[in-house]
Amino acid sequence: MASRPINRPLSPHLQIWRWGPHMLVSILHRATGTAMALGGTVGLVWWLAAQAAGPEAYATWLWFFRELAGGAIGYVVAIGLSWAFFQHMSTGVRHWILDVGAGYELKTNKTGAMATMVVSVVLTAVFWAYILGVK
Amino acid sequence: MGRGTAIGRVRGLGSAKHGAHHWWRQRLTSASNFFLMGWFMLSLARLPALDYAGVHAWLGSMWVAVPLVLLVISVFYHFRLGLQVVIEDYQHDESRTVLMILLNFFAVGMGAIAIFSILKIAFTATTGAAA
Repeated sequence: MASRPINRPLSPHLQIWRWGPHMLVSILHRATGTAMALGGTVGLVWWLAAQAAGPEAYATWLWFFRELAGGAIGYVVAIGLSWAFFQHMSTGVRHWILDVGAGYELKTNKTGAMATMVVSVVLTAVFWAYILGVK
Repeated sequence: MGRGTAIGRVRGLGSAKHGAHHWWRQRLTSASNFFLMGWFMLSLARLPALDYAGVHAWLGSMWVAVPLVLLVISVFYHFRLGLQVVIEDYQHDESRTVLMILLNFFAVGMGAIAIFSILKIAFTATTGAAA
């Protein structure tokens, strides 16, 4: 009745296969999603809760992201999170395409994977050029 | 139904009819995230500054508060489903159950704080209607 431990050979893992763009964006999708879920959530909820609590609490939030270490934390976090979002979004759109069964031919798949990284970097650059250019 | 091996005990039972539930919710929220986050990123880029009064007036508008509440629900549900897969992939013993409970507490708790904060600002805003 009790299930016995199974000692079958494991399939080759990350260290065996030669790396390609499709593997990289797969890992990036998971890493950016996890980073946004843990780090981005805390930053966003702190921002909203500080706004609800009042000017003094909000000043602490502003100090942490805009003044501490010369505002470096704010820029590193904000640029990092915006890139993470655009990368996760473009690999997410790629997942929609793969979900309908398209784009599995080797060359198409590789091009699609590369495209997500190009799109994320371009959108991040446009996003920050707009913000820093307007102000 | 067999009594011996693991496969024997489940053979013939058919599916639990829940197989696609997680997968489908993940896709559904990915689509709503796409539009809500697109709106949010555009709005953030267009905010003139991050000062208290300006952001407060922005959050006080119904046309910001409502999509932002929807965004919190959609995004937090999506990351709760996503992190579940991460936990299932890397944790194989009792730590899986502990982390899943912590994940649920984190997602629901943070979501409650976020939604309460948005509603508090929106319901007490005095200049929000004009913003």
